[in-house]
Order: sequence, then structure tokens, then C-alpha cells
Amino acid sequence: MTPSPAAPEATGAPLLSARGLHVAFPGRHGAPSARAVDGVDLDIRPGEIVALVGESGCGKTTLARALLGLVEPTAGRVTFDGRPLEYSGRSLKAYRRRVQLVLQDPSGSLNPRHTVYDAVAEGLRIHGHGGDERAAVAGALARAGLRPPERFFLRYPHELSGGQRQRVVIAGALVLEPELLVADEPVASLDASVRGEILSLLLRLRAELGLSALVVTHDLGLAWNIADRVAVMYLGRIVETGAVEQILTAPRHPYTTALLSVLPESPGERVVLTGEPPDPSRVPPGCRFHVRCQVLAGGGADAAGVADACRGRDPGVPDGSGTAQVACHWAHARKG
Amino acid sequence: MSLLDVRGLTVTYAGGAQAVRGVDLRLDAGRKLGIAGESGCGKSTLALALLRLLPAGTRTGGEILLDGEDVLAMKWGRVRAVRWAGASIVFQGAMHSLNPVRRVGDQIAEPILLHRRATPAGARKRTGELLEHVGLPAARASAYPHELSGGQRQRVMIAMALACDPRLIIADEPTTALDVMIQAQILRLIERLVADQDVGLIMISHDLAVLAGTCDRLAVMYAGRVVEEGPARQVYEAARHPYAEALSAAFPRIGDPASRFAPRGLPGDPPDPSALPSGCAFHPRCPVARDSCATDDQPLRAAGPQRRAACVRVADDEREARAAAGTAAPHGEPDSPEEARRTTP
Repeated sequence: MTPSPAAPEATGAPLLSARGLHVAFPGRHGAPSARAVDGVDLDIRPGEIVALVGESGCGKTTLARALLGLVEPTAGRVTFDGRPLEYSGRSLKAYRRRVQLVLQDPSGSLNPRHTVYDAVAEGLRIHGHGGDERAAVAGALARAGLRPPERFFLRYPHELSGGQRQRVVIAGALVLEPELLVADEPVASLDASVRGEILSLLLRLRAELGLSALVVTHDLGLAWNIADRVAVMYLGRIVETGAVEQILTAPRHPYTTALLSVLPESPGERVVLTGEPPDPSRVPPGCRFHVRCQVLAGGGADAAGVADACRGRDPGVPDGSGTAQVACHWAHARKG
Repeated sequence: MSLLDVRGLTVTYAGGAQAVRGVDLRLDAGRKLGIAGESGCGKSTLALALLRLLPAGTRTGGEILLDGEDVLAMKWGRVRAVRWAGASIVFQGAMHSLNPVRRVGDQIAEPILLHRRATPAGARKRTGELLEHVGLPAARASAYPHELSGGQRQRVMIAMALACDPRLIIADEPTTALDVMIQAQILRLIERLVADQDVGLIMISHDLAVLAGTCDRLAVMYAGRVVEEGPARQVYEAARHPYAEALSAAFPRIGDPASRFAPRGLPGDPPDPSALPSGCAFHPRCPVARDSCATDDQPLRAAGPQRRAACVRVADDEREARAAAGTAAPHGEPDSPEEARRTTP
């Protein structure tokens, strides 16, 4: 419940940085390959919380996995703390000490036959922790809000509530004292009441430990609750990025506008896009959103004289820096 | 007569867990009622009880009047007829509720063949119509569930629920696992169907924001009871019960500076239904609990026009209002839960 202040003005060198990142999965039986991540630049600075939002299938989880070194990119590179990521076993192991993953659905990511203690200590054992294991586990559990930690040591996941399980998963990530957490839908499977508790925990960790976080989610409310910056992803690309206040209250990309308009409490007319996000093995030419774009369909792009560009010219890729940017011909025409 | 009138419903599982502890609800045709609450508050048990789908050994009490007929007193043959044709359920998690090795068209046709005694050709035709009605091409009838996306599967579930023209549809977390855009498509579809076909809808979710945007009225459940009920918008925007207030605050309004960097939750866990706290069941988690809350249980009482809430603070407000009006006995404002229920349309 404690209101945490916003991040200290995030300046300086990024902690994690992706440039021109592409991840393609080969198609089966001669089908074209799926371009899950199709050219992404993204920076996360120390102490910054970035929300990566988009629909299922937009490539946000693949992007997160590529940033963690779990998938080797087909092109582009990931840099951490100024050094490019190497894909040898040894350097990845060292990297994963500093960058930890928190998965959605804590019931699925905890081994039901491991106690809480073993679940949290696993990372320490893998990385050959030299110090006091018991103290490290207790410290991580306490930081994740499970107090007193000793009470939880010998519990099994089925004896815990959903919120407590998610705290155990977070403790397992914290125990190695990482600098960056990548959380994939950290609250999607939790009850409304627990959701706020876990989000407060992420904010507190940032305030106390200076932890950076990339939160992958389809929940724009989550971004409003905890993120400094938001990156909206559509079909393998980031289409709009910038400070949360700016992007979520005055979106410029029609896709962001549509996502915001369908939230239950949103004022104004709802823009319900028809159909599902298109197939990453058949990315449309021009602007990849143009086939579903309500502005193009409604004649707005024609009026601005950019309809041909929408259908035929790539609107480019926002660079990874923190400034507000949008990849949309119509938005560019309106501004200029 | 209301389409659905639930009176004093209680459900106790074989192990002694009191999942539903006296619920009164009413729903008219063409109206939408939302039921909100955390996991374990009894909302899904309530949905199952409405069609007597609870496991053997479960004790139920009270009355469930569907078009005036008590579901709990029906013979089994009549219950089977009422399922699908009188009322049907859209279960949460469409991937688990559909049979993975049967074509979706056959699964939709099954209740039509059984309940309508339709010919196979007639059932096929009706299946095609239903699919088109929920926004899928009729040709998708030959698809297997794994060939459909999550949103399409949920549409199939809705088509199935509509198969026998029920008067009441119960949707248990119909959009929970879906993306925002697909969720909006499904909610729009449900709203259209309710309006076109004049059916009653009960929608169950933990997402108060979604319910407030879709439903006419909202009932918030805690530990097997309704703790607040009223017009959906009012309950969401100005809840009277502290639990409803906490649930509502858990979903931030984008653009509201108060929720920026201040996610709000509710500490603690819902109580174990086989070992409920004394007094008001919510008092151990209540941010504004008083000493008396640990001993005095609070009934639902009138809390403004067409609203009810079960909180001692509401009782105080009423008393103050009454004192201000200078009358000892209330006239217009009913005090007992029974009277309060009667005034709800």
C-alpha cells in the first residue's frame, strides 16, 4: 500500500539493451518462417520498470526470452551492462545470475514435491553459492513478503495460496540478488485482491534494491500501476513507446488507442478490432497494422494523405531510448 | 414473476465447508446480473447449485425458483430437461470444457439432438446458424478445438449454451483467460445476445471492472454470502462495503493519478469455508473493522435506493439519516434483510 515514488530520473547507460533484434522460427513443411520478433530496439535503464504490452501472439514472450538468452536471436544483439550477450553455456550462466525470470502461473512453475526452502535455494545451489544458504533463503523470502520466513521453509506449494506461491517464485528470483527481473504476466493468474499486493512488492523491491524490471503483460492497468515506461508491441514490432503517463493518456498509435478504448472503464467510443492478431509468418506489407487499422478503414489516413504509405511503406522502428515515439504514418502526418 | 428467484440458498460440501451461506438473488429476463468475488468466495458453487451440478453428498437448502419452479425440489428427469433448455452454463476455460477429440459442430449438436429430438440434418442446420450467430463461419463446425484460438473456442462454448434456447445463461469467468481485445469482442457478443433474445444472464468474475461495464446489477460475494448488491455502476464506483471497495480499487482507472505507482490490494486470504471467523466473516481483513465486528454478524440491509450492503457502517449511516429525519421508526427504508430483498426489482 505504501506509495512508492517514481524512479529516479532514469538517465545514463542502459542496463539491458536490444538493437535490431529478430527472432524467427522456421516454418514446417516449407511454410514461411514465423517472424515472432521482427526488429526491436529496447533499453532498460538501472532502476527502471518497463511494461511490454500487447496481445497474445504479438511476440512479447519471445522477446522476453530472447532478452534472457533463452532464445538465440536470428539477427541483432542484446547488450547487458555494456557487454554483448554471448551464447556459450558458461557466460549465459553468469548472465542469468544477474537477470532473473518470474513466470506467470506460480502453480506451474513450482515443483509440487519441493518445499519452499528447496524451491528458493535451487538457484543458490546451481550457482554454487558460497555463503550461508539458510540466511540467503530466509532473506529472500522475507523480502518477497513471506514473514516470518522460517514458517514457510518446510511448506509445499499446495499448502500455499496463489499469492503466496507467486511470492515464493519471486523469492526464488531474488535470492541471487539480480539486477533485473523479467516478469511474464506476473499477476495474470491471481485474484484481484492479491494482484495489488504483488505489484506493490515489485515497486518496493525497486525502491529498496534498485531493481530494474521488464514486465510482460496484456494488462494496461498494470502498466499504469507500476511502470515508468511502456512499449506496445504488435506483430513482432514495438509500435509505440514512451512514458506511461503520456502513452496511456494520449496515445498516438491507432493500435494503442484501440487497446485502451476496450478497457471497461474507458470513456468514449470503444474500438473493438475484429479478428485475431495476424499470423507472424505472413506479415502484411507497409505498416503491419494497416489491415486492422480503424483509422485507415475510417478514411482518416486518406484525409491525411498517407493511405498509400500505410499500405506500402514501412513506418520504421522506434529506437530503444526513453523518448516517446510512434511507428505510424498517420500520427507522423498529424504531428508534422 | 422473476425469471430467477433464489431464496436463502445454502450449500454445504460433504467435508463440512459452508460454501454458500444464505444467498438471495433475483433476475428478470433480459437483465444481466454480475457476481463478483475472490476464488473461494462461493461464486462458482452458486452457479453450479443453480443447475444442481454439485457433487453427491453436498447439502443444499433454500429455494431456487426458475420461472416459478423450484429447481431444488424437481425430480431428476425434470432437472435434466431444465439443463440446456431452461438454463445453461458457459464454463470458464473453454479449452478444458470442450472435448478435444470431437469436432466442435458435433459437440454443439449433441444437446440439440438430445433435448430437441431433432433430426441429424436439422441439428446440423441449427449448429451452422448458432455458429454464425456467435460470429464464426458455419464451416468451422468441422474443426477440432485445437484448431481454434482461445476466443473462437469461447464463441463455440457460447453457441453451445444457446443451442436449446435457454431462458437463463450462466457465464462463469467467460473472458478470464482472454486478451483485452478478444475479451471486448466476447463481451460485446454476450451483450448483443442478451438484448436480442431476451434471456437472463448471470456473469461470474473476479474482475469488477468487466462486470460493471457489462451488467445491470452487481452482487459481491464474500465467504459464501452476498455482502453488497446494487446497480452495477454504483457498486463499482461507490461501494458501501469495505470488501467491495477493495475489489473495486484493485483495478486501476488509467489516467487516475491516485493509482499511479500505488497498486492496491487487500492483505490476507479469504477464510477457510470450514472454519469461518466469528462475527462478520470479513473482519480479520477489514481495514475499518471495529471491536463489535468480531462478535456481531451483519445482515444485508438497505443502503440507498435499490442497494444493499452487509456492513455495520451502513447501519450507522441509516441510523443517522433516520435521526436527521426525526422519525424513530422507518417508513420507506426497510431494515430487515427480508424486506430489503423484496424491494429489489
